[in-house]
Amino acid sequence: MNCTDFLAKLTDYFDGQIDAELLTEVKEHLGSCHHCEVVVDTTRQTIDVYRGHQPYEFPDELSSKLRGAIMDRCRKHVETTVGEKTSAGVK
Amino acid sequence: MAAELSSIDQELEPTDEIAVDSTEEAPEGVAAEPHPDVLLVEQARAGDTAAFEKLIRQYDRQIFRTALHITQNREDAEDITQDVFFKAFQKLDQFKGNSKFSTWLVRIAVNESLMRLRKRKTSKTVSMDQDVETDEGSIPRDFAEWRPNPEQTFSQSELGDILRKTIAGLPPGFRTVFTLRDIENLSTEETAEALGLSVPAVKSRLLRARLQLRERLSRYFRKAATPA
Repeated sequence: MNCTDFLAKLTDYFDGQIDAELLTEVKEHLGSCHHCEVVVDTTRQTIDVYRGHQPYEFPDELSSKLRGAIMDRCRKHVETTVGEKTSAGVK
Repeated sequence: MAAELSSIDQELEPTDEIAVDSTEEAPEGVAAEPHPDVLLVEQARAGDTAAFEKLIRQYDRQIFRTALHITQNREDAEDITQDVFFKAFQKLDQFKGNSKFSTWLVRIAVNESLMRLRKRKTSKTVSMDQDVETDEGSIPRDFAEWRPNPEQTFSQSELGDILRKTIAGLPPGFRTVFTLRDIENLSTEETAEALGLSVPAVKSRLLRARLQLRERLSRYFRKAATPA
């Protein structure tokens, strides 16, 4: 396995979707290629740092404000729909 | 398949059913339990607004962050979050339960976010395929180790700034795949369903998104690890 072959399998390797035979080849390559070893380590850190530090906050106050606005729109929609059905029934 | 979301002129409607089984996998011979969301959706359909409110509580964070990652604009993300849930509420009858409710919501959110981007860039078509053909970062060039790790080197707020700046620089097609798969933790299949892409297309974009981010972050983290 060379570096190009290894890169092609990198996503499957991270996602644990690689069969045992290929996994052995990947590990052998990693054992002999420092560059690919660094790529694996720093790519894993890239994923971990984003998972561990949500770059965007979503404070409870915002959640509450948005939820309130959505529910207002939903309730109005229900009232309008019921109103239209009632008028149609009367006609 | 990879071009299905090639343009936001081809809008995804929340009515498009996506083939993800909403039941948890069960051993052979044992009836699969329906996903708890299915019950809440049924209750909401029957007029129970409190049930719908529970669904909002469960997924508002995910929808807001997905919209913010795509649009890079907080006000847009707030509007989109409202629009996504309201649209879903209006179309609840069309949710057949063949897909996860959350995947259905994400699909609406992606569509609404791309529409919002198009409105902002009036003369330019914004698409999931924009700039994905770039070779930038697809071949690793930086082989420096990150020592000590970023958490030890930077404060929380510095790290937050770096992460925001770095992900904002990715093309939308890569940013969205990375967001759904690696930040929001959707499976590869769910990401493919939400974006209308094939699984191989998601894997390919994910690899390149990860490598581009790694390369860009390396500029900060490598430098920090190098003694002056």
